[in-house]
Amino acid sequence: MSSSQPSNSRDIEIDSPEIGIRGWARWFWRQLTSMRTALMLLLLLAIAAVPGSIYPQRSADPNGVKQFFEYNPDLAVVFDNFQLFDVYTSVWFSAIYILLFTSLIGCVVPRTKVHYAALKSQPPAAPRNFARMPAHQIVKSRKAKVVEKAAVILRKQGYRVVTTRTAVSAERGYLRETGNLIFHFSLIGVLVSVGIGGGLSYSGQRVLIEGDTFVNNLAGYDSISPGTFFDENQLTPLSVRLDKFNVVFDIRNETNIGTPLDFKALVTTRIGADGEPVQGQIRVNEPLELPNAKLYLTGNGYAPIVTVRDASGEVSFSGPVAFLPQDRNYTSLGIYKLPDAKPKQFGMIAFFYPTAADLETGAKSSIFPDPINPLLTMNVYEGDLGLDDGIPRNVYALDIEKMTQVAGGEAKAAALQLETGQTATLPNNLGTVTFDGLKRFISLDISYNPAVGWILLFALLSLGGLMITLLVPRRRVWVRKTEDGFELAALARGDDPTLEKVLNDLTDEIKKAKIE
Amino acid sequence: MNNVVLSEELSQISRLFLYASMAIYTFAFLADALNLASRASQNKDARARATVTEKAGLFFLIFATVLLAIGVVLRAISVARVPWGNMYEYAITGTLTIAVIFLIARIFVKEIQFVSLLISGFALLTLGAATTLFYVEVASLMPALQNYWLIIHVSVAVLATAFFNIAAALSVAYLLKTAGWVQKSKLAFVKGMNRLFGSFPADNKLERLSYRFNIIGFILWTFTLIAGAIWAERAWHRYWGWDTKEVWTFIIWTLYAGYLHANATRGWSGKRSAWLSLVGFAAVIFNFVVVNLYFKGLHVYSGL
Repeated sequence: MSSSQPSNSRDIEIDSPEIGIRGWARWFWRQLTSMRTALMLLLLLAIAAVPGSIYPQRSADPNGVKQFFEYNPDLAVVFDNFQLFDVYTSVWFSAIYILLFTSLIGCVVPRTKVHYAALKSQPPAAPRNFARMPAHQIVKSRKAKVVEKAAVILRKQGYRVVTTRTAVSAERGYLRETGNLIFHFSLIGVLVSVGIGGGLSYSGQRVLIEGDTFVNNLAGYDSISPGTFFDENQLTPLSVRLDKFNVVFDIRNETNIGTPLDFKALVTTRIGADGEPVQGQIRVNEPLELPNAKLYLTGNGYAPIVTVRDASGEVSFSGPVAFLPQDRNYTSLGIYKLPDAKPKQFGMIAFFYPTAADLETGAKSSIFPDPINPLLTMNVYEGDLGLDDGIPRNVYALDIEKMTQVAGGEAKAAALQLETGQTATLPNNLGTVTFDGLKRFISLDISYNPAVGWILLFALLSLGGLMITLLVPRRRVWVRKTEDGFELAALARGDDPTLEKVLNDLTDEIKKAKIE
Repeated sequence: MNNVVLSEELSQISRLFLYASMAIYTFAFLADALNLASRASQNKDARARATVTEKAGLFFLIFATVLLAIGVVLRAISVARVPWGNMYEYAITGTLTIAVIFLIARIFVKEIQFVSLLISGFALLTLGAATTLFYVEVASLMPALQNYWLIIHVSVAVLATAFFNIAAALSVAYLLKTAGWVQKSKLAFVKGMNRLFGSFPADNKLERLSYRFNIIGFILWTFTLIAGAIWAERAWHRYWGWDTKEVWTFIIWTLYAGYLHANATRGWSGKRSAWLSLVGFAAVIFNFVVVNLYFKGLHVYSGL
């Protein structure tokens, strides 16, 4: 940013009526675009970002926010008023970075003009007194044509050179400022692309059980968070079927047992209503790229297949249900809701253990994530499922407030325990449950952001600009003929520890040079 | 990846090498301390001929670093991958990188040798914490980490940390040397310190050295941030999500950006910018220790 200091407020006669609004505006603008302000805003931005790492954020950790509200309801409301759960979209955080970028624009635009003029101008004439320069040497030599030789050598080294009869002025390193400007303009580019991309992008989630097909329309998503300018017509018509989900868990290395080694989803996709089916795969670091949509594998688990029959033998539910994994050995929690069961509606909270074992406390636990000894246990609740009052309910939770437990826990009947293929009888004449088999499911994230390419381009440009501006030295060199030899001087912008060496090398080269 | 072979025995041998390197780092630390103490009482120039203690310090530092390198390589073999998949591995690889960068830089910039006390001390501290607090048994990488970006992103982050570390050590030396209370004190001990600091490179030389290490660190950190975003776009379906580690990467970047601006702002170069260099490095350490162990987030790879 502008290295020239803004005029100090003392320099302006504050009482003077001539300053007026324009004067004040100019003063304010100079303050805002000064390097000192940029520095303050940068430090402020760093401090302002801290709370977002301490308190849960709605964008990254919505459950954490919910928990915070449960444990500290009063404090949570106060925090929420200060937008502490949405730090990075908050008014105060936005204010800082908008001011910072305004300051940046106000600084680099005039600097670009100055730099453009500098690019066209010639290096300044040699100063009268070389001894005042940070590097200075006097060489005794009988060589002829020193000025001409120096000019040739410096030009070869990439200096812009002007010669007079007795002296050479040379300057190099204009790239330093060019890099600085590229860096700052690219940061503006990053910010603008992030903003535009955020508006046009969308990201949705879908749980897909083996054999199921995802169709890319709004109804196909379990949840979707669209950007401001998102339009449903943006969704390319396509479908994805999960054929199989392959998992490898380590069972050989003692210290590593149960650690996942590979997750691979095999899918069949169709683009358009009657497109050709194409086989593909999705892995954790390898999203599937489809037109205007990228499919990411973000989670997985088991979906036991269960059939529920009422007392008369009629099927009231049949099929796989996705269970949420609770630990690294895939102890999983599943919910069943049977609103249409006869004689009355009931629900079940089920646990699935891929490799079941008994804990010392008598409770069940899973000791390996693959289904070596699969076991399904179920607690049964009778009563109002709360599905009839039109309020949307979470399919992964059972509200047992208005229900009575009839199997498991304190209830008379024990919890149901089923191995694969087994059938158990429900208490209170509710019927039977059969554990038919097992499927796996994956959590898919379907995302689209048209601006990622631009963001990457500007980020890389800013990195390039940064390297140029920090590593390319900018310096001026002068050589002047004296009565018994020649004299050299050099001046650098910023830190340049090699000035003396530059002059030494130049002296050697001039002495060695042979020009006709 | 499906047929990975791990060896806990080999990892334990690697640990023995780390213990051995710690013992030698202790000798290096003591030799450096002795060297500085004798300088404090004799008032010599930093570029004067190397004393016996100084040579011994360098010898121990090189020896310890070789032992550490063997330990890190053995750990890599024992887990059959790059040795930075969890906090323990990151700590030992990071320490090795810092020591190696310091030894290389020492060849080109002789003046930095007088902060070798801080380097051997830092190595002792991190290795001690790593072998006792952070140690985890050999384990494979979770699928999210199985990617070549792990090699690029993390290795550059380690390298950036090494440059920031050396810059911070130089800033500490600068701040001590220019501190008013050191210069004015009548205490014999502090007077000795002052004499010692008198043998350090000149103030502006220290400041410029620190600046040069920091700008390289800053370029590497910028790369780390971009590489992380590219990887996050592939692994976590978004390039940036304000995960706690991302937040702190951003904070560190912003602090060092502030440091660079401070160096071009009148009234802010010198002591204030040296303090900023230390604040930046404190944030780097915070990001490694506190964020890894106590904060929730996607970068939970400590293995603890």
